[in-house]
Amino acid sequence: MGNYILRRFLVIIPLLVVISVISFIVVQLPPGSYVETYIQNLKNQGYQPDEKEIERLQSRYGLNQPAYIQYFTWMKNMIFEGDMGRSFVYKQPVSEIIAERAPMTIMISMMAMLLQWIVAVPIGIFSARYQYSIFDYIVTFFGFIGLALPNFLFALVLMYFVYVHTGWAVVGIFSPEFVDASWSFAKLLDMMKNLWIPLVVIATAGTAGLIRTLRGTLLDELKKQYVTTARAKGMKERKLILKYPVRVAINPLISTIGWMLPAIVGGEVVVSQVLNLKTLGPVLLGSVKSEDMYLAGGIIMILSSLTVIGTLLSDILLAWVDPKVRYK
Amino acid sequence: MNNNENILEMKNLKTHFFTDRGTVKAVDGVNLSVKRGKTLGIIGESGCGKSVTAHSILRLIPSPPGQIVDGGIQYQQKDNNIIDLAKLDARGDTIRKIRGNEISMIFQEPMTSFGPQYTIGYQIMEAILIHNPEMAETKAKNKTINLLDQVGIPKAEERIDSYPHEFSGGMLQRAMIAMALSCSPRLLIADEPTTALDVTVEAQILELLEELQDETGMSIIIITHNLAVVSEVADQIAVMYLGREVEFADSDQIIDNPLHPYTKGLWNSIPSLDGELEELKPVKGTVPDPINIPAGCPFADRCPEMMAGVCDQGNPPEKIEVEEGHFVRCFLYSE
Repeated sequence: MGNYILRRFLVIIPLLVVISVISFIVVQLPPGSYVETYIQNLKNQGYQPDEKEIERLQSRYGLNQPAYIQYFTWMKNMIFEGDMGRSFVYKQPVSEIIAERAPMTIMISMMAMLLQWIVAVPIGIFSARYQYSIFDYIVTFFGFIGLALPNFLFALVLMYFVYVHTGWAVVGIFSPEFVDASWSFAKLLDMMKNLWIPLVVIATAGTAGLIRTLRGTLLDELKKQYVTTARAKGMKERKLILKYPVRVAINPLISTIGWMLPAIVGGEVVVSQVLNLKTLGPVLLGSVKSEDMYLAGGIIMILSSLTVIGTLLSDILLAWVDPKVRYK
Repeated sequence: MNNNENILEMKNLKTHFFTDRGTVKAVDGVNLSVKRGKTLGIIGESGCGKSVTAHSILRLIPSPPGQIVDGGIQYQQKDNNIIDLAKLDARGDTIRKIRGNEISMIFQEPMTSFGPQYTIGYQIMEAILIHNPEMAETKAKNKTINLLDQVGIPKAEERIDSYPHEFSGGMLQRAMIAMALSCSPRLLIADEPTTALDVTVEAQILELLEELQDETGMSIIIITHNLAVVSEVADQIAVMYLGREVEFADSDQIIDNPLHPYTKGLWNSIPSLDGELEELKPVKGTVPDPINIPAGCPFADRCPEMMAGVCDQGNPPEKIEVEEGHFVRCFLYSE
């Protein structure tokens, strides 16, 4: 087991190097650069910068060097000084912007994941155990609605209903009076009061998916011989279901834990925008649009690293619950 | 119970499956008995209801769609108390305490019979501890090692920590037998225990079962479609066709003197080791659709001795005792 973890850990290092190259290439791909866009904007405003000024701007942002040098400088600073470059738009170090938003992003995705599992696992088990029961049909019906409904629309509807019924406008994780306040018990309470809407919205689609996955795999497992064997040795029904087929059917769920984070950041940009959440998603979108390359590269880098680490955690968990994975 | 030497008697047992296509009468009036310390072999083609019969005894029929709709399964418990298994709640505590304890079962596919995520030893220990909750774990572990040793698994102390995927099919079936024996059952149901194994391993497993029966005095029901298997181990043989036993007798009687045309057909379809080399004669035709069983004897259109106007009319007679203890359900033997 220790060996397995170490081996998996060593594989991560080259993977991260490849990811860094790809994220750098990706942010360089769109034609033009931040400076060119900037100059274009200046021109549009009627100001004509001369050659010297353009060169000055380019060297200030380090854009006059070949791309590979830019990459190595970026990597060197990141590894040795934790400096991920500066954002052109925010005029602020990238690491600061990420540090500001990453904790909230991670917290929301963790809590949404927890909520999904708490809701989906028991329902999925029930739905498979009592296949084609009324309960199963109802869950399936709502499950498909949950899958089909666009999240941002669900967010808007939920905000509308909360406003109509309580007169309380959800405008982010914190009520306006707490946004700039330092952490206190009152702020925590306020966060809890506001947080449930994004959590419910983000968790809905995921929950529906998890239920379908668990139901499907569990239905397969329930038909297997070992379930009958366990029954034939006199185990109590509830205990044997949880101990044998569920333990196998839960594996696909465990192996997707690592994907939760990028799903929240990548897929929920619109939701974050609608609910005014201070997560990385909207920043990433904005930075790609304005070719704010170090910010975009930094966010992609951090997200990919977290995904890789999340996947590693999934794999370790999977090895822990599934002996076949361990030995391969 | 008519007979005190029987440990189990099935009377007019009917297990039906209610599907969207219609009712499948998988077991439709089976009368069989198992003697103490003896082996009953049940033989028949795929789909004849032999497995369903076996699963019905331990109430392992998935419900829905399956259900025991009629008949009884009289089982004589340790204290001579007679209990009708067919009347028990399939999820109740009474049947649960019998499963794996007084009556245990081994299955056709050893490769999938153990849960993949726990060690063999753990799963056997679990069976012991379910029925002996007060037993210390170390004692259960020692018992497990002894059991694995008894069924011929080498280095049992080490193999106890192996996972199912690290065992071969034959080893798994041995481990399965060890688990079935863990609570010293009085009846072992073996549902096609050697079908998935190769012939040498098959012989070893059958030999093992016989040895264990000699040691423990348990009764065995062995279900198979393989005539060689039943003739080797069974004291009594029942031949099943479409949910009913068509012939039932002591092994010698039925092997030497098969009465039912279907039994004769089965016997003719295997090569004989000592006789002349003859052409094998498979039983003609196929088993009818169990949802639309034709009127009359269900074997009538495959039967070489079919009597027109008789066999395709009413139901075949209930069991006719042609010689002592040799029963057959066939118009040929009715008065």
